[in-house]
Amino acid sequence: MNSLQLWLLLSAALFSVGLYGLLTRRHAIAMLLSMELMLNAVNLNVVAFAFARGDLTGQVIALFAMALTVAEVAVGLALLIQLSRTRRSLQVDRATELST
Amino acid sequence: MIGFSATAFLMLGAATMVVRSTDLVRAVLWLAATLVMTAVAYLQLQADLLAGLQVLLYTGGIVTLMLFAVLLTWEKEDGVPTASIVGKARGALCALAFFTPVAVAIVGADLPLQERVLNGSESAELGALFLTRHVLAFEALSVLLLAVMIGAIVLSRRSDPS
Repeated sequence: MNSLQLWLLLSAALFSVGLYGLLTRRHAIAMLLSMELMLNAVNLNVVAFAFARGDLTGQVIALFAMALTVAEVAVGLALLIQLSRTRRSLQVDRATELST
Repeated sequence: MIGFSATAFLMLGAATMVVRSTDLVRAVLWLAATLVMTAVAYLQLQADLLAGLQVLLYTGGIVTLMLFAVLLTWEKEDGVPTASIVGKARGALCALAFFTPVAVAIVGADLPLQERVLNGSESAELGALFLTRHVLAFEALSVLLLAVMIGAIVLSRRSDPS
């Protein structure tokens, strides 16, 4: 097993932790945090490949993914703030209606 | 090897605290720790520019944004519910069901390392790649960021009472 495989294993483990959090948490912001972990794991994966192959394209992809994550978080948090205004709660189990 | 073990241990430990912590503010701070450890990992992978951006964008930007959101939507009586034992077991099972095959595939795969080694000073080359081979994605990203900015403002604006 070489260093690339170790990094990929670490990335997979980080993704699994995020997946566990996403499935067990019932608070919207906590779920968003878990999703951040998963996105981060993906970036780590790509950067590890860039390192192992001596190719910078992986780092370019990671940079794009970072910018996309920031965009996703900004819109997600705006949605959550709106949800907490209308529902007075961010428990995802309580948001069961489509009407406002 | 020691560097990798320490990074992996700290990263996974902090990540576990993110998904286990019942206090949201603490969870966000543990996320910041995880992201900083990822930046350390990037340094070990010779991605210096990415490590810097990781600290600036993620740890500086996203964590601050998250903290704002937590404090804006704070409700004392609301607390963070903890999943039932069954729910946790189900989550752990799903996570394991993902991890096991992926880990088996990674360990079994033949992934040779290339001869060319990055030395961590490729920022100029990275910038050139952005403006040549990936210029379309780069420009599309700027449009996306503009749309996101407008979208976030529209979404979080207080709706008119009338």
